[in-house]
Amino acid sequence: MVPWFAWSAVILFVAGLYISFFVAPTDIQQSEAYRIMFIHVPASILSMFIYLVMAGYAALGLIFNTRLSSMMASALAPTGALLAFLSLWTGALWGKPMWGAWWVWDARLTSELILLFLYLGFIALHASIDDPRRADRASALLAIIGSVNVPIIYFSVQWWNTLHQGASVKFTGTSMHVAMQQGMYTMMLAVWLYAIAVSLLRVRCIILERECKAQWVSELVEVRQ
Amino acid sequence: MNWSEFFAMKGYAWYIWGSYGMALLIFIIEIVMVRRRRMLTLQQLHLMRNAEDDMT
Repeated sequence: MVPWFAWSAVILFVAGLYISFFVAPTDIQQSEAYRIMFIHVPASILSMFIYLVMAGYAALGLIFNTRLSSMMASALAPTGALLAFLSLWTGALWGKPMWGAWWVWDARLTSELILLFLYLGFIALHASIDDPRRADRASALLAIIGSVNVPIIYFSVQWWNTLHQGASVKFTGTSMHVAMQQGMYTMMLAVWLYAIAVSLLRVRCIILERECKAQWVSELVEVRQ
Repeated sequence: MNWSEFFAMKGYAWYIWGSYGMALLIFIIEIVMVRRRRMLTLQQLHLMRNAEDDMT
């Protein structure tokens, strides 16, 4: 399944970048700088979404004691952390020309930084406990408690006065040009498929590492060669 | 619009290409690391299996 997701991600990245740079018009207020949006928004949304999926898998593992869901949670964490970092990085590069500052301690930015630390905390906690099942349970608890942060990030622009702009796409309608929307959605889907492909690849490694004593592993073609 | 104008991005080149460059870098690093991990895991399993064969 991995090649399917990977190749659709590549195709959508190419299409998304084409729309983002050649089809979407120049913004009247931000000139060309707004084009950072096409990577910033998908990275940010996916970093929040992956966190919820990760916490969901971790919770399943905690409640039903299923090993695979805990492994899935561990496989998602690095991808989520990288996307959270990318969101902050592209945000800084967007903030500098538009706000005049790389970083401000504003509600949106601070809560996204906390999200990055939650991912890193999850990975570190899991790595610090030798017994994988105990590590799963401890880090699951962290992931579940940390998920409170996701709605805080999402609604931060409404709850507090922040420098960060509000959402341009709402359920009631959008204030964006059609080509900008298409570019953003295409890029979002591309990042999404990329995240699925890379996490599936990672979970396969984790399964092999954890189940290394199982009979079926030693019978695998890749291992027998 | 010519290419040098396109890459200049009306003066925002550093910010825009810095963003997309970092994205590309992150994706490449992640893919390389996952593939490396898979290779190392398979190597490890291979060694384990050979050790078992030696014992029996």
